[in-house]
Amino acid sequence: MEARLNVNGKAVKVEFAPEELLLDTLRNHGFTEVKSGCKEGECGACIVLLNGKPINSCLTFTAAVLEEDKLLTVKGIGNLHEPHVIQQAFVDIGAVQCGFCTPGIVLASYALLKNNPRPSDEEVKKAMDGNLCRCTGYVKIVEAVKLAAERLQKK
Amino acid sequence: MKKYTTVGKPEKKVDSLSLATGSSKFVDDFELIDALHCKLVYSPYAYAEIIDIDDSKVRALDGVVDVLHYKNVKQILHTSAGQGFPEPSPYDCLIFDSIMRFVGDRVAMVIADSEKIAEQAAKLLNVKYKIMEPLFDPEKAMDPESPKLHDASHAYPIGAKYDADRNLAAEVEISFGDMKKGEEAADFIIDETYHAHYGQHCAIEPHSVKTMFDEMGRLVIISSTQVPFHVRRIVAQACDYPLKKIRVIKPRIGGGFGSKQEVFLEPLAALASIRHKRPARLIISRAEVFQCSRTRHPIRVRLRTGVKNDGEITSLEMDSLLNSGAYGSHALTVLSNCGSKVLPLFNKIENMRFLGRSVYTNLPVGGAYRGYGATQGYMALNQHFDIITRRLDLDLPEYIKKWHIQEGETSGVFEALGEGKDGVPQIVNSCKLDECIDICIKEIDWYNKRDKKIKNGDKVRGVGLAVSMQGSAIPLVDMAAAYMKMNEDGSFNMNIGATDIGTGSDTILAQIAAEVLGIPLDKIIVYSSDTDRTPFDVGAYASSTTYLSGRAVQKCANKIKKQILGVAAEMMNAELDDLYVEESEVFDKKQKTSKTYSEICCYSLYDKNQFQIQAEASEVVEQSPPPFMCQTAEVEVDTKTGDVKLLEFVSAVDCGQAINPQLAEGQVEGATVNGIAYAMTEEYIFSDKGNLLNKGFKSYKIPTAADIPPMKSYVVESHEESGPFGAKSVSEIGINGPMPAIANAIYDAIGVRMYAAPFTPEKVYRAMQKQLKT
Repeated sequence: MEARLNVNGKAVKVEFAPEELLLDTLRNHGFTEVKSGCKEGECGACIVLLNGKPINSCLTFTAAVLEEDKLLTVKGIGNLHEPHVIQQAFVDIGAVQCGFCTPGIVLASYALLKNNPRPSDEEVKKAMDGNLCRCTGYVKIVEAVKLAAERLQKK
Repeated sequence: MKKYTTVGKPEKKVDSLSLATGSSKFVDDFELIDALHCKLVYSPYAYAEIIDIDDSKVRALDGVVDVLHYKNVKQILHTSAGQGFPEPSPYDCLIFDSIMRFVGDRVAMVIADSEKIAEQAAKLLNVKYKIMEPLFDPEKAMDPESPKLHDASHAYPIGAKYDADRNLAAEVEISFGDMKKGEEAADFIIDETYHAHYGQHCAIEPHSVKTMFDEMGRLVIISSTQVPFHVRRIVAQACDYPLKKIRVIKPRIGGGFGSKQEVFLEPLAALASIRHKRPARLIISRAEVFQCSRTRHPIRVRLRTGVKNDGEITSLEMDSLLNSGAYGSHALTVLSNCGSKVLPLFNKIENMRFLGRSVYTNLPVGGAYRGYGATQGYMALNQHFDIITRRLDLDLPEYIKKWHIQEGETSGVFEALGEGKDGVPQIVNSCKLDECIDICIKEIDWYNKRDKKIKNGDKVRGVGLAVSMQGSAIPLVDMAAAYMKMNEDGSFNMNIGATDIGTGSDTILAQIAAEVLGIPLDKIIVYSSDTDRTPFDVGAYASSTTYLSGRAVQKCANKIKKQILGVAAEMMNAELDDLYVEESEVFDKKQKTSKTYSEICCYSLYDKNQFQIQAEASEVVEQSPPPFMCQTAEVEVDTKTGDVKLLEFVSAVDCGQAINPQLAEGQVEGATVNGIAYAMTEEYIFSDKGNLLNKGFKSYKIPTAADIPPMKSYVVESHEESGPFGAKSVSEIGINGPMPAIANAIYDAIGVRMYAAPFTPEKVYRAMQKQLKT
């Protein structure tokens, strides 16, 4: 099958099998920043934003994504040269260890802060409920999201 | 304390921005063209012999390239344990065997043009099994009537004790003093048995490997490994392929915790490429990681102590039975560490015996896991000391302070118990355990809560404490090397074998080099873990990198500095003794002149007496200075349901000088949460046929952010003279304390001793009911 997806603000022509998962389609087309940790919808490493909402791309059929849907990966919010405030906060606080879960967690944080610019610790933790991290114990991740919220307020 | 410019500072992890923006490459992010896809077929039986394999239906499927199994793959005994050579693990596995020793043992591998075809084809393999009676109970493994899971030919390359007739994968025994006299001198004996259970590492990136031939026809293996150099050696051995034709690259790694110290997938992907001259991809599913990769070895620990009424321990016997599962990977060394990393902490005990046995069963395979035997040993020891002090009405923290090893002291265990051989005698140079204990009891408000049984309806609160130590590298065994060269702008390439698996070692090793050279961290360009392009390093295990690889880097940077000073002296016509280095510049204090690093490098490359300023250094350490830690927990137990709520958890560590305090804290926090989860929820649940029933993150119950209790982590000030800028290790130790600290807190609340974890409501409730009946 063929379709046009809108990824990070650009139209991307993709080829995929009928039952293909969005995770595989994105990775097959170079969006390897979308990570595959379990393919069971449990770890959140494959999270992308679909019209601003975090979804597990391993639980989403590519065929179900419409041309007008806006997909956002972690590279769509910032890059090495111009990182997003959230990405920089993760770096500054030391919230990145192995970094495999980080793209998904950064996107979950991005979605949270769009809707709730001043979340409490509990709200941050709740927003991360679909993301697993085995390295950090989550302590610095929560701190990083709070720091990002603070910096975004000042902007 | 010495003043440092970059050491001791929370420098940003050098790869973190790349990771946070999704730019970094993990194994599966490398593109392969025309790749083969590999899918494993596993045994559904715990113990069976393959009578025949018929792969004709598989081969007939369009897109299938090959099927590998015992009939067509050379049978070379080896171990998958990624350890130094010769490995202290038995050579007891083949790439493909005809004997299946656990549910999940590998039968065959289908190689196809696509992942989907490989998956479909794997279902078509026709295998005839002769099912045999399995052995699940480690306590029965040594019985004469139990099945013998391995052949006598499966012995150790190092000649350690191994007895196939008793399913004995390893046996270690040490003793000193006189146990009989010790027990006779005691006023009473406490004899208790504790059980540490199976655990899964749960690195979020599953085990992954990609193989390909480069433009010169050499085999390149990109692997999610903690041990790239051991991978090269073991692939060469198991695939009977020349080592010189193999290059192993470790890219970014999505967590390891010991799971990726195991070389069990690389030979398979390598074989696919070698046979078909095409790139190959082998990435296992989450369910396969749970069932078929490696686990924490369950250990049953029996502790028997003779105790005087004043609290003196006159004898201690530790009898550890390790369930190695189907293969003996790390069976000897995890077992040894259950004693060697635990018993020296209480070095005043004059009569001591450690008897350890590792046995085969038809269950998943054990391996390296953060804590490496010490976690299991401390689960027992910390509860045992709680029992002793309660019996004598002594204060546990004060008791530990009185009896634990101190600076300037040693323990006979260090010398007696090593890694598959004798250990190395050592004196503890740095021990700030008392400070750690003080912080933890203050933060948990110990004296206002201990024995107070504070009630809230049906809920009761309690506090518990645990202490532990670990090591820093394996002395006189592990080797690490570093190479550096200087560039025209005063920057340096640093190529190191050390293996950053998310721990931050690329960063802290660069900090060590930068500190020696008096330069900012960003002047060091780190490249690590590539068997072609970096010097050797044993890899990321045994809490070795900061201490061992750090010393290699420090040594290397000092050599570079010497050369820089030599060139500067020549340029300024100065005496070496008058020179000093500061902020990327060499100063002559006599003539008041200076040369920048950039000028020095340009002179050496282009001007006179030209040469490349470069150096290498190798390091082997003669001791393994232990980090020390105290951890305290406060719990609230619901006496109606057995539900345990962790209210607070405090950790304080003496890791020597923290090279990067932010990363050190991260290690403590991560290890602690891993330990809390192992104590509270995580466990392997098997069917009566030995099939693992909970092969996923959710059913295994790993924690999310919402599950984490309020936590405090402290890194105390300490300096280890033998370490690079005073550093010891920090990566493993934090996982040792949570289980016993929480168990002790549960006892404090409800007076029920939890001899086995996880402390689920069901287990706690049952333990409460059992106690009521007795």
